[in-house]
Amino acid sequence: MSVSARRRRRLAENVTAYGLLSAALVVFAVFSWFPIVRGVVLSFQQVNFVDDPEWVGLANFELLFADPLFGVAWRNTLLFTGLALVFGFAIPFVTAVLLNELRHARAYFRLVVYLPVMLPPVVTALLWKWFYDPGPGLFNEGLRAAGLPDSAWLDSGDTAMLSLVLVSTWANMGSTTLIYLAALQTIPGDLYEAAELDGAGIWRRLWHVTVPQTRFVLLVLLLLQVVATMQVFTEPFVMTGGGPDDSTVTVLLLLYRYAFVYNDFGSASALSLLLFVALGVFSAAYVRLTRRSAE
Amino acid sequence: MKGAPGPRTLVSPSQLRSTRGKIVYWVLFSLVLVAFTLAFLFPLYWAVTGAMKTPDELARVPPTLVPEQWHPETFAQAWDELDLGKYFLNTIVVAGGAWLLQLAVAVPAAFALSKLRPVLGGAVLGLMLATLMLPASALLVPTYLTVSDVPLIGVNLLSTPAAIWLPAAASAFNIYLLKRFFDQIPDELIEAATIDGAGPVRILLRVVLPISRPVLAVVSIFAVVAAWKDFIWPLLVLQDPGTQTLSVLLQRVAPDLRLDLLVAGLVLASLPMVGLFLVFQKQILAGLTAGSLKG
Repeated sequence: MSVSARRRRRLAENVTAYGLLSAALVVFAVFSWFPIVRGVVLSFQQVNFVDDPEWVGLANFELLFADPLFGVAWRNTLLFTGLALVFGFAIPFVTAVLLNELRHARAYFRLVVYLPVMLPPVVTALLWKWFYDPGPGLFNEGLRAAGLPDSAWLDSGDTAMLSLVLVSTWANMGSTTLIYLAALQTIPGDLYEAAELDGAGIWRRLWHVTVPQTRFVLLVLLLLQVVATMQVFTEPFVMTGGGPDDSTVTVLLLLYRYAFVYNDFGSASALSLLLFVALGVFSAAYVRLTRRSAE
Repeated sequence: MKGAPGPRTLVSPSQLRSTRGKIVYWVLFSLVLVAFTLAFLFPLYWAVTGAMKTPDELARVPPTLVPEQWHPETFAQAWDELDLGKYFLNTIVVAGGAWLLQLAVAVPAAFALSKLRPVLGGAVLGLMLATLMLPASALLVPTYLTVSDVPLIGVNLLSTPAAIWLPAAASAFNIYLLKRFFDQIPDELIEAATIDGAGPVRILLRVVLPISRPVLAVVSIFAVVAAWKDFIWPLLVLQDPGTQTLSVLLQRVAPDLRLDLLVAGLVLASLPMVGLFLVFQKQILAGLTAGSLKG
């Protein structure tokens, strides 16, 4: 093949390639890349849909910082994330280790633990709201059956956030558990045998073999969970609306109010920029980790 | 896997075979079995039977474990009163369209990036993958504004399914997953087809797609499930009640609806996804580990 023929073929290939890429390039440009830039610009603008957007510098941020709910929302979100890590991180890991030892009914365990993941989150939230009902609710009845005192669940500022975390953990632990389980099943059996020959008991094997061997998966899921739970919205929006006493107002719920209740898209964007910066570190770490695993 | 010895895990086979090991195993197994059934199946049982109780019985303290009178017709009543047929159709249109468009956009793009390797292909892929680092909530406001007035063509997509389809099509995750799969298809296969005179589009349709069924299944299922479960985005862009999806409808009517009808509606809205899971269990659970860790 002559040089010019090869060059022509290469050019034709590039044209075809970009033809096949064109749909993706258009949707990414319009619905992803453009909004990214626009989000940053909006943070420094005032938007009222009547006049042209006006550049207001840091005024949106000043407004946010002056809002007493701003600090409350961040505290609540961090509380949710913290509690969700304790429950949503620890419980699935322990469950997966336990399931990995069981030899019977494995298909059943995998099936039922994943069922809640398939329910639409709104359905889960509304069902649990009903379960939490202080009167005929399922949960207080369970407490009574166990001889324990009733709980106010969603109706008290002290327990509302914890109640939301419980729903979210129930709804999502299926995927985490099964990912841990898959990771546990890749651990070579001889590692356990060798540890046992060295006289390590079950706990030491767990600590010195299981945990290090699944460290990568643990770390990735930890990052993913922080990123996901910092954006919690559906549970507080559907179940408590932020109450009682603003105890479940999260950052995203506040963002929703700024944008779609007060119609202040500039301040809402400023808030998402802050959330993005807060999560940027975690997201970047996650992408680096997965890249490394993919190679 | 019924009682199969399986690979070596934390507990050694000899420990399991000892009398004490057997007792501990069966006690643990029974505990996990009961705990899983109570935690994951019982709430679903409670919802399904709850829907069939009378409103009086639903409000009773303590609640009844089995309905005194069965009212399966509540499901039909909820279907009629909530006009669920229409909202099911809306949800199917939203999820089905999002699925088709995602495939139509991502498959050719991933093929071009993987097999045609155009000039600047690496940069394009990098820009797409970079969007994965962004928390979804950071883009809510600017994407909402973009959808309400699409740049260049100036169309308002609010309260149309396209408001959900188009942003969903900008999915870097799909392109990444598909590209990784296409990368594993040997270049010789493509070259052989080229020598036979097939162009890139023909190769994609006749050679690549038929052997890509597993990854297409994973991408498809996850696209449909994600669209069915999504709440915040449809809540924002489908403000016209007649165009809303099931999740948005249920959230909207929940505060004022008779409890038995609401619970029946919740059960009905979950059935398609639970059914999908029962049918495609294997693909979903396989895609779970492939997707969440390497996306």
